[in-house]
Amino acid sequence: MNAVAALEFAEVSKSFSGVRVLRGVSFTLPAGRTLGLVGENGAGKSTMMNILGGALRADAGTMRLNGAWHAPASPAEAERAGVAFIHQELNLFPNLSIAENIFLTSFPRRGGVMIDGRTLHERTAAVLAEVGLEMSPQTPVERLSTGQCQLVEIAKALAHEARLIIFDEPTTSLSARETEMLFALMARLRARGIAMIYISHVLGDVMRLCDDIVVLRDGAVVAQGPRAEFTIEKMISLMVGRTLDHLYPVRKDAARGAPVLEVRRLSEPGIVRGIDFTLHRGEVLGIAGLMGAGRSELARILFGLDRFEEGEIKLDGRPLGRGAPRDRIRRGLAFLTEDRRAEGLCFEASIADNMALVTLVEHTRTPLRLLDLGRWRAAIATMRQAVRLTANARDEQPVRTLSGGNQQKVVLGKWLLAKPRVLILDEPTRGVDVGAKFELYQLILQLADSGSGVLLISSEIEELIGLCDRILVMNRGEIRGEFSRAEFDRERILQAALPGEEVRA
Amino acid sequence: MKRVGSAERVLRQTPVILFLVVLGGFGLLSGSFLSVENLVNIGVQAAPAGIVAVGMTLVLLTAGVDLSVGAIMFVAAAVAGKMALAGQPFWLVMLTMLGIGGVFGGVNGFFVTRTGVAPFIVTLALLFVGRGFALWLTQTRAMNLPDVFLQLGATRVLGVPLPLAGFLGIAVLSQFVLMRTQFGRQIYAVGHNREAARKAGVESGRILAIVYVVSGVCAALGAILALGQLGAVTPKFGENYEFKAISAAVLGGTSLFGGRGAVLPGTVLGALLIQSLENGLVLLNADPYLYPLITSAIIFTAVLLDSVRNALLARLQRRKIRLEPELGSS
Repeated sequence: MNAVAALEFAEVSKSFSGVRVLRGVSFTLPAGRTLGLVGENGAGKSTMMNILGGALRADAGTMRLNGAWHAPASPAEAERAGVAFIHQELNLFPNLSIAENIFLTSFPRRGGVMIDGRTLHERTAAVLAEVGLEMSPQTPVERLSTGQCQLVEIAKALAHEARLIIFDEPTTSLSARETEMLFALMARLRARGIAMIYISHVLGDVMRLCDDIVVLRDGAVVAQGPRAEFTIEKMISLMVGRTLDHLYPVRKDAARGAPVLEVRRLSEPGIVRGIDFTLHRGEVLGIAGLMGAGRSELARILFGLDRFEEGEIKLDGRPLGRGAPRDRIRRGLAFLTEDRRAEGLCFEASIADNMALVTLVEHTRTPLRLLDLGRWRAAIATMRQAVRLTANARDEQPVRTLSGGNQQKVVLGKWLLAKPRVLILDEPTRGVDVGAKFELYQLILQLADSGSGVLLISSEIEELIGLCDRILVMNRGEIRGEFSRAEFDRERILQAALPGEEVRA
Repeated sequence: MKRVGSAERVLRQTPVILFLVVLGGFGLLSGSFLSVENLVNIGVQAAPAGIVAVGMTLVLLTAGVDLSVGAIMFVAAAVAGKMALAGQPFWLVMLTMLGIGGVFGGVNGFFVTRTGVAPFIVTLALLFVGRGFALWLTQTRAMNLPDVFLQLGATRVLGVPLPLAGFLGIAVLSQFVLMRTQFGRQIYAVGHNREAARKAGVESGRILAIVYVVSGVCAALGAILALGQLGAVTPKFGENYEFKAISAAVLGGTSLFGGRGAVLPGTVLGALLIQSLENGLVLLNADPYLYPLITSAIIFTAVLLDSVRNALLARLQRRKIRLEPELGSS
């Protein structure tokens, strides 16, 4: 450790309206190494990175970047100092081209005013080649997939000669293949001497990618050291502050009930084909598959959001027809969507309003259908308890202010109030920390035990194996495999999910 | 990915197609409509609102709106009238008008960027302030201006009437700034997401402020051209220009939600289209009381077509998960 460290935090503290979010955080990132930063939601990871990236200022403490004082007053200043931040929700402009996004604040110019189109093109093409994105610099960003957008963000960091790149949950919306490409790229960046900070809830990835690990809990560093000193179990117990016996609740071998949701030869050209399965009462049925395999699209069709050309969907033996979500909710269908920010919640509205959204009509009194506030509040209070929502939040607080796990509990609570016959869950634990995950799992199993059918879509195979009674595997819009509990095998499920040509390769 | 379907290409050109349809339609109905003289005339008449619409386009691109442009025109014209009648030199009058446009635009920009009040509210307030101020200044009396103003309207540059040349010149300049300068590209970024632009290091506030100043100056230029055609300031001067300008920009494909659109051909075609409608109806001897109804019906249809078009474009671009066997695989 003779070289100057890439980054040093010394006793950095930060409070928001009296609440201490960071308590004297100190750690060192040696030059050219990759640091894994783990901790539950609310542990202070984002605050720390926002201070490093110039979006927030520390109350106390100092930072050193390659030996020099680092106290950026704005994101632009941090960028000039060589810090690049690849955010969880990407900050690109879909209405501009790749080249324009990369050089938005530093266009090469002729005569000081006019954009030098040729130099712009050449320099963009050069950084795109470095990150391995084979696309024209003029391509509008709205045509890119999430994975490609991320490559553009990294290319942008390289174009600005970043010495330190922060990745905040970069794999949440990537397919398995895109994730592998990202990891390969990170290895190349590391070989070039670029220091990186990698934040993720996927601890296996952290173990694989990072040289050093820092564990954060309640705003303080509880452990730091080289990877060799850690195991996944150790990281988890450090993060939650206690030892978790299980990652998944124990699944009782429930007797399979009568069929509740039957799907027969469901097809929509270009989306899904010949989908055929039966979900039973009390069953948790998993759907595995790669990003873009058609899982979410199938869920949207079942819930009446998208149309289908052929086939039949039956609920409790009666055809569901082609009605809108409104009719399906009435029949007992519920759908927790993949993107809770955009589709699952009214982000600015309160916890109470979000929870009551589906069942509002049940809390009214005839003849004028006026809202019975007393009954309404009682129902919300009961459900808050049932989903174990944090006691620190008031009913009127906007859901925007909650952590990811608590937001997801609000969405789940909203649907549980409707007492669904069938609950479809699309990536319910994405961006949710370990502790809250366990609670969500318990709620899901409770619902199944009470006799509802659960359809669980997830990209985490471990999660499906841990919770489901049966797993279907989708691949290019078709069901390509079915596994019962006794046959669960990570490798075989993954095999079925991979497109044909990749299996051969 | 690279192939753009022909259906998509046609859909992208709806403003141009609509414009040609209107020109062709009136051409069939009236022999003199498509004469060079009449077409130039349409251009000249479209110029004042057209220039205002260019400034408006920049504001709309930032996801804002400037409702005060008509009032700015009125204030500039009222002050100009007073000055001209008091014998002030013509150049000073013109400069003062542009200055008024810049100052009013600056006021809009200040309140939009510093107080966080919605542009709709800020500029609506300035609309009332401006019109009230100008009505008090003119005591609601009409003023006839010296002939220099009318001569300005009749001047030709390289054979092109000055108003039309000025309109097209400003449009080309704006398009250049939008497409080929860093400032221009940053306008699109701010329009898509002001906060994200700030995080990306763009000085969003400065860009917004400049855009409102430009809109104010364009309104003043529009007032100068309008004076060149009317030769007088009346209490109704500049009225409804904000709606003409917004209509022209939207007809030309600029989004009210910001980040999408262009001055060329978009806004220019939109301004010419609106003027062609009025001109064509006059030539056809249509009942003047029907003009607003017909014009608004056509504008509504155009905007409706536009949203249908966007829905179609979105469907065409929808990602397909699986390729059907008959289409082959990639």
